[in-house]
Amino acid sequence: MNVIVLANILIVLTISFGAIFILITAIGLIRLPDVYTRAHAASKSATLGVMSILIGVFLHFWLIEDHFNPRILLGILFLFITGPVGGHVMSRAAYFSGVKTWKGTVKDELKPEYERKVKETSLKIKE
Amino acid sequence: MKTNDVILKTTAQVVFFIIFLFSIHIFLAGHFAPGGGFVGGLLTSSALVLLLLAYDLKTVQTLLPINYTIMTASGLVLALGTASIGMFLGRPFFKHYFDHFYLPLIGDTELHTAMLFDTGVYLVVVGVTMTIIQSIGGDD
Repeated sequence: MNVIVLANILIVLTISFGAIFILITAIGLIRLPDVYTRAHAASKSATLGVMSILIGVFLHFWLIEDHFNPRILLGILFLFITGPVGGHVMSRAAYFSGVKTWKGTVKDELKPEYERKVKETSLKIKE
Repeated sequence: MKTNDVILKTTAQVVFFIIFLFSIHIFLAGHFAPGGGFVGGLLTSSALVLLLLAYDLKTVQTLLPINYTIMTASGLVLALGTASIGMFLGRPFFKHYFDHFYLPLIGDTELHTAMLFDTGVYLVVVGVTMTIIQSIGGDD
């Protein structure tokens, strides 16, 4: 096998891996019960899927077309930083605006902290 | 209730520099690749809007004490001045000039007066966008 065939195999593998992960994200968004589990599905696997598609594109242009494109690497870094933070901020906003967790939830570790904060703030307002 | 948003603030600090450098890249690449003054200006102002979202209006104004109205005006003056270079040299309005220069570190570079015009567009876009957003956002 020559190098081009090996490179093509690598590119096809990374791009189809990413596409499968994005499909899994879409299924998760439909199937999962509440906001938090959906944010979990969306922020993790979509980020990984898009990142591996971008890696495949980068490898294609680098190995096949002989063009090193650092903008794609910057995009991968950017997605890696911002994707999970977006999920975090959205779940926090949902929690603080009172969205209920799924009925099968057994543990809510943010709740006592949240209630303590609310109590402190209301005491300060009374003073 | 005062929320603890240290993750958002730290990420905004890092991501601001990525977006800002990318906007400068888009701005400088505008002559031979997709990009230019308009997109570069919009990207720069989106980086500033990210800072405005993570921090508040007052912090960003003390961090970057820029009067965006003056920025818009100087961009317009720069664009008009570049466009009227040709008039002073006996050529038509908007006549552009370019030549090859040898710069240290970079080497042979083609410098074009359209770049100065693009800088004017960039300043106007950043100034107008930030003026709109700050005057809508700063109600207090």
